[in-house]
Amino acid sequence: MSLPASESAHAALLTVNDIEVIYDGAILAVAGVSLSVPKGAIVALLGANGAGKSTTLKAISGLVRAERAEVSRGVIEYAGHDLAGVDPSQRVRQGMVHVLEGRHVFGQLTVEDNLRSGGFVRRLSRRAMEADLERIYAWFPRLKTKRHTRAGLTSGGEQQMVAIGRALMTRPTLVLLDEPSMGLAPMIVQEIFEIVAQLNREQQVSFLIAEQNINVALNYASHGYVLDTGRVVLSGSAAELLARGDLHDIYLGKQ
Amino acid sequence: MTFFFETLLCGLLAGTLYSLVAIGFVLIYKASGVFNFAQGSMLLFAALTFVSLHEQGVPFALALLLTVVVMIVGALLIERLVLRPLVNRSQITLFMATLGLSFIVEGLAQGLMGSQVRALDLGIDDVPLFVGPLMLSQFDLIAAAAAVVLVTVLALLFNKTRIGVSLRAVADDTTAALSIGINLNRIWQIVWAVAGTVGLVAGLLWGARQGVQFSLSLVVLKALPVLIIGGFTSIGGAIVGGLIVGAAENLAEVYIGPLLGGGITPWFAYALALAFLYIRPAGLFGERAIERV
Ligand SMILES: Nc1ncnc2c1ncn2[C@@H]1O[C@H](COP(=O)(O)OP(=O)(O)OP(=O)(O)O)[C@@H](O)[C@H]1O
Ligand SMILES: [Mg+2]
Repeated sequence: MSLPASESAHAALLTVNDIEVIYDGAILAVAGVSLSVPKGAIVALLGANGAGKSTTLKAISGLVRAERAEVSRGVIEYAGHDLAGVDPSQRVRQGMVHVLEGRHVFGQLTVEDNLRSGGFVRRLSRRAMEADLERIYAWFPRLKTKRHTRAGLTSGGEQQMVAIGRALMTRPTLVLLDEPSMGLAPMIVQEIFEIVAQLNREQQVSFLIAEQNINVALNYASHGYVLDTGRVVLSGSAAELLARGDLHDIYLGKQ
Repeated sequence: MTFFFETLLCGLLAGTLYSLVAIGFVLIYKASGVFNFAQGSMLLFAALTFVSLHEQGVPFALALLLTVVVMIVGALLIERLVLRPLVNRSQITLFMATLGLSFIVEGLAQGLMGSQVRALDLGIDDVPLFVGPLMLSQFDLIAAAAAVVLVTVLALLFNKTRIGVSLRAVADDTTAALSIGINLNRIWQIVWAVAGTVGLVAGLLWGARQGVQFSLSLVVLKALPVLIIGGFTSIGGAIVGGLIVGAAENLAEVYIGPLLGGGITPWFAYALALAFLYIRPAGLFGERAIERV
């Protein structure tokens, strides 16, 4: 199956062109990754432990700098602009947000303050902030009942929802979602991916999702890239990738 | 009994000043995880700047305003020249940087404004005041009131506002804060400016008591036991810790001092802090990570 002509003709929202990322000036974590996310698409970034998925997402959001790493080669373009030298906070203002692997909620803050903090970058008025909070609670009704609970005390699934809800408060065009399924029961994973699909359909939010859970990710994505030791070893439409019998072998490095 | 309460209250009043000094540390510690050794010299710098301006005939309010401006400009410079280039370095590196900074600030303060002891008159007479049967110092009461007002404003600022929630978010998880667009440099600038301003108030109140001189910068050492007792990450802890140290120090001086030949104020707070380290290493209000697996 190939992409419909109309979709392939769409301008890419994000283009990553042959990037290389080095930690501590010595550890080569990503060695030539290229990928693109069309406007309004859900794209999966697959690969085993240590393949370089998280590092690729951090290069895109600019958070690599905070981990003593740098993009030493290649170009990342978002909405037609080169992101080199653009700091993370500006990237968020331009509509790109990163939901980190392992959720990273602010454990000492209440669920509601976690969500609020996502709205700070837009300098909302009190009214607009309240309205946006309600919007998030509509997506994640569970969070409303826990709004005054410290986020560190909520369940893993709820924390993932807090992390996504907080990111949505920035009103993103593109969400970089790192392993949303990590450590969660299949039911919850399903619930979260359903919401992602719905956000994509109804609000045209684009997603680049790093996952180890191939089946779930390709079920919701239109396109996928498979990474192995910092390189793209395979890419194609979700259907093509799912149709290959050897995906799990490649994925596990057994090719 | 009256004497006991007088001693206690007098200690508590002095303790508000310790709290004030400790809050400056807590703010910076929360925002950047670094123990700012330069807090004491910032306090000295602020007090010296104010006194120098005041001596030149600048009216009180204007001198205060100008000093606040100086402290804000100083905070911006420190953020730009010291913190930003050292981002992501180890805590010990940052600590060394603030240590160096403390000597630079101190040197600058004395080089520009002289090193002799300067009298600071805030226009508050240190007359005894009777509250019921208790005799208290009017100056202490007013100083404590000023500290309470400042602390209340800060508590509101850091609890309810966008800046406050951002600061707590950064303290909790810096990477996550960056991921949602919180500007870390801006937070550092704000926190250092506020710490400088708090330092100014503490420096004035302290300086009015013992003169504005080099030894003011040594209050940094007084803040350490306060922080150990209250916890490094809690403004509430800094307040309570300051009060505990102030009260305990005064009571100990009066009731235990004579048994040990007197003069125990300089070290008693440290002994108390050591005891706290045994029983409550995170301090009374220190945040231990909430973990859920
Ligand atoms: N902070 C860091 N410092 C040094 N090396 C790192 C750091 N983070 C990741 N790496 C290295 O970079 C490589 C890629 O790691 P990355 O986290 O991007 O992989 P991943 O595909 O996200 O793996 P996982 O599925 O386990 O999350 C690994 O070899 C890892 O050891
Ligand atoms: Mg990862």
